Amino acid sequence: MTNLSVLYDAPGPRAKRRNALYAVLFVAVLGAFFWWVVRAMNDKNQLDAEKWDVFVTDSRIWTTFLWPGLQDTLIAAGLSLVIALPLGVVFGIGRLSDHWWIRRPCDVIVEFFRAVPVLLMMIFANQAYALWSDVDRDVRPLYAVVTGLVLYNASVLAEIVRAGVLTLPRGQGEAARAIGLRKGQTMVHVLLPQAVTAMLPAIVSQLVVIVKDTTLGGAMLGYSELLSNARLVSTNYANTIAAYTVAAILFIALNFLLTSLASWLENRLRRGKRGTGVVVKNDPTDPADSTSMASAIPTPQVSEPQLAAPAGVAAPGKPGTDPTP
Amino acid sequence: MFDFLDLEQYDLFGAFWTTVQLTVYSAIGSLIWGTILAGMRVSPVPIMRAFGTAYVHIFRNTPLTLIIVFCSLGLGQTLQFTMFSDEIDTTGFRLAVLGFIAYTSTFVCEALRSGINTVPVGQAEAARAIGLGFGQVLRIVVLPQAFRAVVAPLANVLIALTKNTTVAAAIGVTEAAFLMRTMIENEANLIPIALLFALGFIILTLPTGLFLGWLAKRVAVKR
Repeated sequence: MTNLSVLYDAPGPRAKRRNALYAVLFVAVLGAFFWWVVRAMNDKNQLDAEKWDVFVTDSRIWTTFLWPGLQDTLIAAGLSLVIALPLGVVFGIGRLSDHWWIRRPCDVIVEFFRAVPVLLMMIFANQAYALWSDVDRDVRPLYAVVTGLVLYNASVLAEIVRAGVLTLPRGQGEAARAIGLRKGQTMVHVLLPQAVTAMLPAIVSQLVVIVKDTTLGGAMLGYSELLSNARLVSTNYANTIAAYTVAAILFIALNFLLTSLASWLENRLRRGKRGTGVVVKNDPTDPADSTSMASAIPTPQVSEPQLAAPAGVAAPGKPGTDPTP
Repeated sequence: MFDFLDLEQYDLFGAFWTTVQLTVYSAIGSLIWGTILAGMRVSPVPIMRAFGTAYVHIFRNTPLTLIIVFCSLGLGQTLQFTMFSDEIDTTGFRLAVLGFIAYTSTFVCEALRSGINTVPVGQAEAARAIGLGFGQVLRIVVLPQAFRAVVAPLANVLIALTKNTTVAAAIGVTEAAFLMRTMIENEANLIPIALLFALGFIILTLPTGLFLGWLAKRVAVKR
């Protein structure tokens, strides 16, 4: 049985003909668009073979530009995540503290850094390192990119940690208190280990956001990541369209891998016998994304939509609906 | 302390006005295109579903910076798409809006699709039972309820978009981040300048978030 949605009846003979007509019309429109693009590219000689086959024939394009660029992207993203994670845990727990003088400052810091564009933080960090530190010129962009990403993502991760701890069944904390653990012990030995497991998919999805945001450093601060190296390719080989297309494919492949890892982790956690089966999901719809998850809304908006719809948005139509109309 | 703030030299309000314009045009565009995409992704025509899915996955996994830079260098300079304008500044602005729409609409689409998921099955079934076709079911029954359910996620998308417009600085659109970089390079007061721009963005995003959060509660379908 094909995947029928509840939004429409099983097509009868007329509906099948009509749908076929729509499909043909759609393909025609799409084809016209692509033909127009291809013609425009052809007019500007962007489809010439030598602009594209250098990616196969000239290995220097990979060894000098694209591969080192990809490595720098991964270095910046990895460093940012590794530094932001502990900070996020600290601030996330801080926001759950019983003491207002810990909770309030954490609230303010997290909300502030989530409301400010990550690019502003990078530009600020770059200048700050230039003025007040003796960080070498060559590595300063890396420092600035990582600093900007850490400030932003630590506050996003803090929200994820908080959501993770709050989604755990209340009995976990109560049981820990009942056997005489103190608040700190309850957090460290009982709540946090479970929360971290539940958060793993969200953390991996956040890595996608971080990878995408490293490109800001390439475009604005001259950090030698994949995008800025693609720009070098395009100036060296005069193949703007080809260079950016290949860079985009690399980014998409990398992010697709990470997204797949996240959903694999999520399924595994949800099906697993051990643990609570609670998963904090970094829902793509609730833009955990880029420079995103903005929400200056000072409520835990972040967690709600994801938890409310654990069935996910994978299937078109509605979850758990009968496939036969 | 604020002597760096020479409004004759630095068009602070103009820069933030550009940010607001970028946000508003891109928001309207991505709302329309995102709704169309969501419609395609739940439609009975397989090729439209495939296109919608492919589009969302491709554009959501591409860095926004790459899309914007490509719009400027690839579409603008190489292919000479001038976006119906003779002035180079207007062309850059419109290309940036085009890039933001291409990227943000994927999030609008996914938000809407999860909104469609919140509408009870019975609603669509009842609509079909009285003989409505797919387009009517979507337009008259499902989408109005879905939109009311996703005001809060869409508010998050809008706030993210507001912050994302800073990426337009990468192609020389003179919005807030662009001006901040210029000011930081010319003036000595780094921290006051940074705080000023951070404050500007908080002023832009905070009321939006609060208002739409209030609206989300108000229009939510009580179930």
